[in-house]
Amino acid sequence: MRMTGAQALIKSLEMERTEVIFGLPGGAILPVYDPILDSSIRHILVRHEQGAGHMAEGYAHVTGRPGVAMVTSGPGATNIVTPLADAAMDSIPIVVITGQVPTTAIGTDAFQECPITGVTMDITKHNWLVTDAQDIPRAVAEAFHVATTGRPGPVLVDVPKDVSNAPMDWYWPASVDDLDLPGYHPPTSGDPVQIRKAAELILGSARPVIYAGGGILKSHASGALLELAERTGIPVVTTLMARGSFPDSHPLCLGMPGMHGNYTAVTAMQHADLLVALGSRFDDRVTGKIGAFAPGAKVIHVDVDPAELGKVRRPDVPIAGDARVVIEELVQALEALGLGPSARSSVSGSSSVEVTTGGSTAVGSAAAARPDLRPWKAQIAAWQKQFPLTYDQTEGGPLKPQFVVEQLRDMTPDDTIVVAGVGQHQMWASQYWRFDYPNTWVNSGGAGTMGFAVPAAIGAKVGRPDKMVWAIDGDGCFQMTAQELVTASAERIPIKVAILNNAYLGMVRQWQELFYAERYSEVYLSPDLPDYVKWAEAMGCVGLRVESAEEVAPAIEKANGIDDRPVVIDFRTDAFEKVYPMVPAGASNDDIIVGPDEGEGGR
Amino acid sequence: MTSTGGPGSAAPPRRHHIVTALVENKAGVLARVSGLFSRRGFNIFSLAVAPTDDERLSRITIVVDVESAPLEQIVKQLDKLVNVVSITELAPEEATEGELLLATVRAGAAERGQVIALVDVFGGKIVDVGPEHMTVMLAGTPASVDDFEHLIEPLGITELQRTGRVALPRLERRAPRLRSIAGEAG
Repeated sequence: MRMTGAQALIKSLEMERTEVIFGLPGGAILPVYDPILDSSIRHILVRHEQGAGHMAEGYAHVTGRPGVAMVTSGPGATNIVTPLADAAMDSIPIVVITGQVPTTAIGTDAFQECPITGVTMDITKHNWLVTDAQDIPRAVAEAFHVATTGRPGPVLVDVPKDVSNAPMDWYWPASVDDLDLPGYHPPTSGDPVQIRKAAELILGSARPVIYAGGGILKSHASGALLELAERTGIPVVTTLMARGSFPDSHPLCLGMPGMHGNYTAVTAMQHADLLVALGSRFDDRVTGKIGAFAPGAKVIHVDVDPAELGKVRRPDVPIAGDARVVIEELVQALEALGLGPSARSSVSGSSSVEVTTGGSTAVGSAAAARPDLRPWKAQIAAWQKQFPLTYDQTEGGPLKPQFVVEQLRDMTPDDTIVVAGVGQHQMWASQYWRFDYPNTWVNSGGAGTMGFAVPAAIGAKVGRPDKMVWAIDGDGCFQMTAQELVTASAERIPIKVAILNNAYLGMVRQWQELFYAERYSEVYLSPDLPDYVKWAEAMGCVGLRVESAEEVAPAIEKANGIDDRPVVIDFRTDAFEKVYPMVPAGASNDDIIVGPDEGEGGR
Repeated sequence: MTSTGGPGSAAPPRRHHIVTALVENKAGVLARVSGLFSRRGFNIFSLAVAPTDDERLSRITIVVDVESAPLEQIVKQLDKLVNVVSITELAPEEATEGELLLATVRAGAAERGQVIALVDVFGGKIVDVGPEHMTVMLAGTPASVDDFEHLIEPLGITELQRTGRVALPRLERRAPRLRSIAGEAG
């Protein structure tokens, strides 16, 4: 079939089962926008290209399928650089199509020319500049394949205007073998020798911790992780990127580790004799001072990206492979060593169900000789009791942001999707929400992109229209990308936004208070400039304002009842509230500060 | 996964290592490779690129500073580039290395004999002769090229160019210690 490159591009996206494109047209991408009119793919017209990128990310986060964004050349393309960098840091599969000036004009500094493949080379998993219309289907198929396999990530396909206008003969690569990717072979299953070693380490450890990272969600390994944890009785910490991959309400869940993790999650890792790192990457926000991180722990490191193994911490057992596949292999290896099927076991010493010691196994097997985990769990339970997350919402006192998050959590369905920006509000949302389902927490972890929440929430709601989607945002973040609420109103995407408005760039303010002798430099934003309610209304949303604790529940109830347009609630929260616990940047995790009054947590 | 130095990891740290990457012969591949090195803070001593006997592939020979980053990280990050088909890493003692030098040196009537003698000792060639200068060419091991450069320097070098080294695994009585990294998991 004869068609133009532009038609082939849209048809290729259809072949990849693209449901929705987030985008904004312009000169160089004009030919591609014409066949969109005849396509089954929904196009959502954003107000700024950055919004398109974050929407694609939000969509990918909650569906596990690649998000697609399309923008024009030059500034259109550079405006989507931030989402690409964000997706690269958090391994989010997105496919970005950019228009490019005609091939004959490339290199001449033509109008709206930008060498976007060069600009994004280091922040995409791979990118393509298509110079022949005949290559378009293969390039698109390769882009989706690379974005979604191995360690997922963002890809970009740059299509010059003359290429999209040129005729081509349609074809579709029948299989991966028809792609031209001779150097691309992501690993899947782990090395059996290493897996057996890992199983032996697990059965020999007395103070193990599973360190679950975002890779659990990327590989759909939540079920496998649950089985591994319950079979072995090993407590699980879930990193910022892994919240929801293991249920917070599970007795083995210790919650979030890291700079603003809870005391028990941080300290259990410090005292562990074995870390089972699954799809996590020893990020500096998790490890604190690397030389002082989990000093007594042996490390099993499972990651689909071999370069992560040994990048930060040299593992005792490195396993390159897909987290789900490797966890399943690991469970089999544990069984082979005599680990019997176990009921759930609790970290709280009071649980009636004890850790398995392989009751049905032969005497002398590795599982039968397994150390007793009870003292370790008793220690963990004691930490949990001694150092819970705390805040103080006094009656008539200033509204605490943590109280707002807890009220939201308690008044919304358990599988509500929560989307955060970056800063204090993000940490409070992660700390105080109870994530019991995978893919219900969407945030910018590695890149720390302020302004992520509103567009990502829109993308999430498009991907999962059946679920309630709440963005928990900061006032600083909200001002960066709020214009996308116009998109949400126009497209009838009823997200809900809770602005924890403390009138400051709060996290920066916190650091200035703690580490710069309360010298506040350029962090004040004002609580009512802009007027968030009026702004929301101007963008076609319902705007609400909450100034005291007793107004919180009625406002949330009202917002929950609105399903035909977006809602924005301006929560005027206490500007002096800080995120605790906190491990100061560069300090050892042993030096965790539990709260403003409690001082150092001790060792 | 094997450790940094493979079989020789117990040996004292080496200053440099040779990594040869077989890459797809596509636009921008060199930029991806060099971009990776700058982005990750890996230092390069030299880099040479040329097509192979297979026109779809080029070979990039990189001499890397293994004190700037562990070789294992360099190789693994390089292997993540979609256009990199395979990687071979060679310790200096496991490689046959070669490099080409071209230099224009001052060689008036008085120095001419000296230059010719030096070139002769090193097995080089005089490729151009002018009234006051000579251009000499030497192909050899990097060490001999270093030595030659050092010796002609006092005569006065007006221009000098070296290609950067290329390398192939040494053919030894036993099998060469060649380790292909691509596709190696765990």
